[in-house]
Amino acid sequence: MTPRARIRNFSIVAHIDHGKSTLADRLIQMTGGLSEREMKDQVLDSMDIERERGITIKAQTVRLDYKAKDGENYVLNLMDTPGHVDFAYEVSRSLAACEGSLLVVDASQGVEAQTLANVYQAIDNNHDIVPVLNKIDLPAAEPDRVKAQIEDVIGLDASEAIPISAKTGLNIDQVLEAIVTRLPAPKIGDPQAPLKAMLIDSWYDPYLGVVVLFRIVDGVIRKGMKLKLWSTGAVHGVDKVGVFRPKIEDMEALGPGEVGFFTGSIKQVADTRVGDTITEDKRPCDGPLPGFKPVQPVVFCGIFPLDASEFEDLRNAMDKLRLNDASFSFEMETSAALGFGFRCGFLGLLHLEIIQERLTREFNLDLITTAPSVVYQIFMRDGAKLDLHNPADLPDVMRIEKIEEPWIRATILTPDEYLGSVIKLCQDRRGEQVNLSYSGARAMLQYDLPLNEVVFDFYDRLKSISKGYASFDYQMHGHREGDLVKLQVLVNAEPVDALAMLVHRTRAETRGRSMCEKLKDLIPPHMFQVPIQAAIGGKVIARETIRALRKDVTAKCYGGDATRKRKLLDKQKEGKKRMREYGKVEIPQEAFIAALKMDAD
Amino acid sequence: MADVEGERSQKFLQTEPELTDEVLVEPVAGRDLPPLALYLHWPYCARICPYCDFNVYRDRGREVEPLIAAMIADLAAHREIVGPRALSSVFFGGGTPSLLEPKQIQRILAAADQIFGIEAGAEITLEANPTDSEASRFADFVAAGVNRLSIGVQSLEDLALRALGRTHDAAEAIAAVEEAAKTSARVSLDLIYAREGQSPEQWAAELREALTLPVEHLSLYQLTIEPQTAFGRRFARSKLNPPEPDLAAHFFEITQNITAAAGFPAYEISNHARAPAAQSRHNLIYWRGEDYLGIGPGAHGRLPGPTGARLATKAVDHPRAYIDQIAARAIGWEGPPEVLTADAIAGEYALMGIRLAEGLDLARLERHLGRQISAKSWRNLVDLGLVGAENGRILLSEAGRLLADRVALALIEPPPRR
Repeated sequence: MTPRARIRNFSIVAHIDHGKSTLADRLIQMTGGLSEREMKDQVLDSMDIERERGITIKAQTVRLDYKAKDGENYVLNLMDTPGHVDFAYEVSRSLAACEGSLLVVDASQGVEAQTLANVYQAIDNNHDIVPVLNKIDLPAAEPDRVKAQIEDVIGLDASEAIPISAKTGLNIDQVLEAIVTRLPAPKIGDPQAPLKAMLIDSWYDPYLGVVVLFRIVDGVIRKGMKLKLWSTGAVHGVDKVGVFRPKIEDMEALGPGEVGFFTGSIKQVADTRVGDTITEDKRPCDGPLPGFKPVQPVVFCGIFPLDASEFEDLRNAMDKLRLNDASFSFEMETSAALGFGFRCGFLGLLHLEIIQERLTREFNLDLITTAPSVVYQIFMRDGAKLDLHNPADLPDVMRIEKIEEPWIRATILTPDEYLGSVIKLCQDRRGEQVNLSYSGARAMLQYDLPLNEVVFDFYDRLKSISKGYASFDYQMHGHREGDLVKLQVLVNAEPVDALAMLVHRTRAETRGRSMCEKLKDLIPPHMFQVPIQAAIGGKVIARETIRALRKDVTAKCYGGDATRKRKLLDKQKEGKKRMREYGKVEIPQEAFIAALKMDAD
Repeated sequence: MADVEGERSQKFLQTEPELTDEVLVEPVAGRDLPPLALYLHWPYCARICPYCDFNVYRDRGREVEPLIAAMIADLAAHREIVGPRALSSVFFGGGTPSLLEPKQIQRILAAADQIFGIEAGAEITLEANPTDSEASRFADFVAAGVNRLSIGVQSLEDLALRALGRTHDAAEAIAAVEEAAKTSARVSLDLIYAREGQSPEQWAAELREALTLPVEHLSLYQLTIEPQTAFGRRFARSKLNPPEPDLAAHFFEITQNITAAAGFPAYEISNHARAPAAQSRHNLIYWRGEDYLGIGPGAHGRLPGPTGARLATKAVDHPRAYIDQIAARAIGWEGPPEVLTADAIAGEYALMGIRLAEGLDLARLERHLGRQISAKSWRNLVDLGLVGAENGRILLSEAGRLLADRVALALIEPPPRR
């Protein structure tokens, strides 16, 4: 066990591309965690998707041994956190496991929105913060301007910001030293007290089973102990205790202030909950740690196999993903047009996209994804109440007393030059302003918004109107009655159930028009004219027409062209598999989700 | 990889003659074999046209004699596989085969006759460019055995010819056509229309002028932008703007109307003949899904395989590599022939055959498919007024001709599941 005074738990706060992962790699390298040969870029982002998108989905930790200038050996625990609003809760738990943060800012780009959102979260968690200016070696670097910006915008003293280049390794030693001298050790922690630890994250490892990442507040975790998870009361034996360097290293025991992992008899990740309190079964602590929330999926959509015979494969793939992702839920669903599939719940749109991509990529499945939707509460005239996950299942409107929809309270930080556009966006989405304040040249807006207005493209729109500078975070904020109607899309007069959605009556026409316009571009021309209509009940509110294809004929077609044409034919046949037939019209699967994205309004 | 494939093709050569003996050679006397055509690809051009994506090479440093020798050797190797069948058509295409000397044409024809036998009255076509120097040799080509000249006029407007990268002007082209008409050969000419900046009126005038020339056959092609060409690259950079599909469709309709009125009806999407006898017998073999030998760099062939199979062959593209391939393996194929599946045969037959005014033999298509065509697809096509049926043949309507590729696809589409 490490004496508390020799422990530093920290995370790195940065905007995407400002060099968080490179700095982490450098810190691991300098402290000897991995040899030159073992280093690959972005060691901590282990999933392909994480590396490619430059995002972190799962929290990870790495324990660094560092001998400081004072001659003492320190244990530094670097906590890598997800950075997207979909995972805001996971981030808050990771930050709650640390006492300090490095604020990494690109010395040529300056403070950006994501930096701001994350740094405020760190401040909320009472972190001490060391500003670090990265990419100082670039000719465009303006350290003085960026320092001033950190002071003005964030309100942090930047006079002792450390200028570094994570790429070349410049001044990384100063960063390590600052972690020891400028960030605090864990403030409390009694090794004799009953165990109280926080579950930071967990995942499924094919060799170890479920791996639980934790941070100890009081007490000790050692091999062979029986641990209890507070929220479920489930008890699990500890088979293995260890740390990541980033390679696994077994430990006898870990004590107060330390970060590590254990494995045991836990069968699936779904049995563990991020933020839960871990204690000892026979000598439990007096109460749970604050801040725990059970996971609540907020976005739902249907996922169907393109090829109906792949239904079982899809089920198996989902089971496997679920093993490693407790926040992903699914149940079977049948659609008239799409056949058998699943209704799936997600933390948000990014989460949806990630799951979809992993199913496609890691399990090699071709999928059709339907319009994302939120959970509506339907109050029937006969007093019954039901949760509606799929707009296609909306009961007869005559039998419905009222529909309630989930609302969120959104916090948006934006440079004030975009404030007008951001407010307009929120108003357009039926938002109600709660608060508006300034810090430096940044405005902080609080809005209450219906979740269904946010669910697919709000974040994209916000990014686009603010040139990427605005940041956005939200919490669920109850349900409210809404004047909601079911918007149907008809292609060549056939209703497309997978495109049905509930919308507010005032937004139905705009939404319908935009859907029709988008489908017009997404559905390739057929040999006949294809009308696309949006309708509420029997009333058509928007219409577009895809003109008939007039010409598709090869001019020159001789001996050698037979082969060429046939290859083309095979390609078209392949392409047809990615289409769904509605009556006589073929709709490409991309259309189902693309039709709903990026309103031009 | 190439070696492995080469080995396989040689293995094919070793084992196949027995099969061909059995399947093809024996029944010659008893069975009426369909016609066999010979396509000879001469890959050299004086200049590469910016729209052309054929297998062509500048003729600097060309290897004429070795290539002729290799092509003749390739013919002999094909004879081993195909067995004794006489040629009903020979087509010198390219490239620019009119760059060959008449004597060389004569030598190749003599070899083909010796190896396969050329039927009496066989159609022997030479593609030729309408330059003065080539036109001056038309009579000699005819004397060498050519009886049909297909002249690449492309346009009757000087500006357009320059834009198309042609080396001749309109007057030279017209003179060449007249020169060709003086010989005993049948004469066809090619034009490219729906060019950038061309108006329908301009095209109508140009076409009417072409119809006054002494020819019995016209190939009228809409300009197609192929990706691997100079035009393709310009198009990708938006530096070339050919007509949009609707305007292109209008161009096509004008073409049909003018040629029909002038007694040159289309017998294929882009081909028009003054009379049935003036149709290109060689090209009909492609469209009717019959057999042809592909000789010369990059040439494609379709041969009967063992037990009813159909083989697709393709020769090595580069002339030098082709010569080497013949030296090493006797036959010019770049790999073992592809044995076409029933679906592929049906697909090719539908795509090629639907182009003909005589239409597609429904029974034959269904025989290839091994099933009936989808009733749903057929009903859709009929409802849309794109096809009709007559005496067991599927015919395209006027609107259908503009969608020929799409219609062919719909015809072979499997019936819906469920």
